[in-house]
Amino acid sequence: MSIILQSVKFNYAKSSTKQIIDIDLWSVADAEKVFIHGPSGCGKSTLLNLLSGLLKPKSGNIKLLNQSINHMSSRQKDKFRANNIGYVFQQFNLIPFLNAIENIYLASHFATKITKQLLIKQTHELLNTLDIKEIDWFTPVRYLSVGQQQRIAIARALINKPKILIADEPTSALDSANSDRFMSLLIALCAQHKMTLIFVSHDMSLSQYFDRVQALPTINEMV
Amino acid sequence: MTISIVIMLGINHIGKQAKRSFNTTISGVDLIVGSRSSSLNLLLYSIFRMGSATANIDWQTFENITADNKVKWSIPISLGDSHKGFRVLGTNNNYFKYYKHGDSQSLVFSQGKELHHVFDLIIGADVARTLGYKMGDSLTLAHGLVSTHFNQHNKQFTVTGILKPTGTPVDKTLHVSLQGLDMLHLPPANNRLTTIETQKLDPLKIDKIHPKLLLNPSYTGQSITAILLGLKSKFMIFSLQRHLNTNGNEPLLAIIPGVVLSELWQTLAVVEKAMQLIITLVFVSTTLGLSAMLVTSIKERYREMQLLRIIGASPLFIFAIIKIEAILISLLSIGLATLLLYLVFIPVQRYFLNQYGIYTQTNIISLINIDWLCLIFACTFIAATPAAYIAVKKSLLIDVT
Repeated sequence: MSIILQSVKFNYAKSSTKQIIDIDLWSVADAEKVFIHGPSGCGKSTLLNLLSGLLKPKSGNIKLLNQSINHMSSRQKDKFRANNIGYVFQQFNLIPFLNAIENIYLASHFATKITKQLLIKQTHELLNTLDIKEIDWFTPVRYLSVGQQQRIAIARALINKPKILIADEPTSALDSANSDRFMSLLIALCAQHKMTLIFVSHDMSLSQYFDRVQALPTINEMV
Repeated sequence: MTISIVIMLGINHIGKQAKRSFNTTISGVDLIVGSRSSSLNLLLYSIFRMGSATANIDWQTFENITADNKVKWSIPISLGDSHKGFRVLGTNNNYFKYYKHGDSQSLVFSQGKELHHVFDLIIGADVARTLGYKMGDSLTLAHGLVSTHFNQHNKQFTVTGILKPTGTPVDKTLHVSLQGLDMLHLPPANNRLTTIETQKLDPLKIDKIHPKLLLNPSYTGQSITAILLGLKSKFMIFSLQRHLNTNGNEPLLAIIPGVVLSELWQTLAVVEKAMQLIITLVFVSTTLGLSAMLVTSIKERYREMQLLRIIGASPLFIFAIIKIEAILISLLSIGLATLLLYLVFIPVQRYFLNQYGIYTQTNIISLINIDWLCLIFACTFIAATPAAYIAVKKSLLIDVT
């Protein structure tokens, strides 16, 4: 199993009576592609923060790739995240003043080191796969189009060959043509690398790409 | 940040330079004798050419003091005239022989030599440069302190010597013989003859004051402004000073330059402390400004921090990059400040020298000593703490839109 959440409860300290997250049992199989939707305030952000290890559950157990992240030190969690979890957000996926290559190298910097040659090779492969022209590799990303930026974001997320990819409304800033292109690339790469994909979105039209579609309120029994 | 470092270093620089300038202006003079006034006044007008004398000393007194067996050498100086804004100083050749500045450096001629003729003129380096005078140039000196004066006497002086730059008021002084200075003050034509007679000049040259009139070694003047004395032994300074100050014949004041200078610094200590306080306040406000600026920038850039966190950066890393960023800003500021100071100081150097007699060096780099750097960096480091803290706090969670 890629992800297992067991009786995970979480609330922010001030509203202690009300649980933001209360998940009895939820699991995602290896290489499964899950589409999660739900209204605002149903705990999506909190769930993502829990999965990334940035938030600690008040009780319960979160296992990622058969490792319990509850028992990891902060440093271990940072390293685990760098190595095993890729993220693509709606926006701000890249450091704006760095170029595509530098952004990807930066992500690689925090993960377990690979050789320079391998890093260069993998970066070039990813950028080619994602259809980023070489001319744009060395331009600060803020000068690139949103579509290009989101595709570079996939490259950035995948450079460390994570087992889990979390995407949070990655297409909401894109037009439908770019959105389709983005989705097909994403799904193809997930299949190629056998990655587990957790995809959060409002856009139900995207659910066609996924193995499983779940509304967060159905798994999160918050009061 | 840059501006405040400029102010900080600038004020500090001017302060130090002013002090250095004053301290190095005179060296090797044991006593300065003038008519009785305040000791500071005497020092300022005799050495720094600031202000004016209250009264003159009788020539006979000069002779008497020079004859004192404690005295090794004496330099008479007579002030009160100017030429195009530069002071004219009447003296004798002892001035060029014994006057020392800086670290006991004598005056050096870049061209020409000492005074030989009545209308010889030796100019300081600044006078030569500013007014563009060369060897052999003839010029008319005015009586009085105003540069454009109606009552200019037609006394043609010839430049026969140019001194090397000293960084002291000597650079802005025109030196003439006492005899030449007396000529300057003569009423035109009518009683010239008698005066010249009393001065025992060569009768052959009376009818026309020849520009090559030789200096009379046994010249006796009428009065002078001050006397610079060098004694045979430093141990005699106090006894001679006491003797001169209590001498009943003429109200004299003898001062030890170093002592008066340190008195001056004591007086100015309050100003200096105030300056230090201003510098400190400027720096504190800058540091606060920097702190606020960093906090603002972090609020705009927290997503960057979140991104770094999500790709695996530790909170410590976030904290460190903010700190490093702040240090880089201050490094850049120091660099810019130094550059700016150079750009500012080079043009104003002349102005300071001309207006205030402060000779500023441009070696600003030497000012940026380890203490200052440490202070600036320490403050920057502290100033960056709130921003770094906020950055860490903000980056703890992914902020999903």
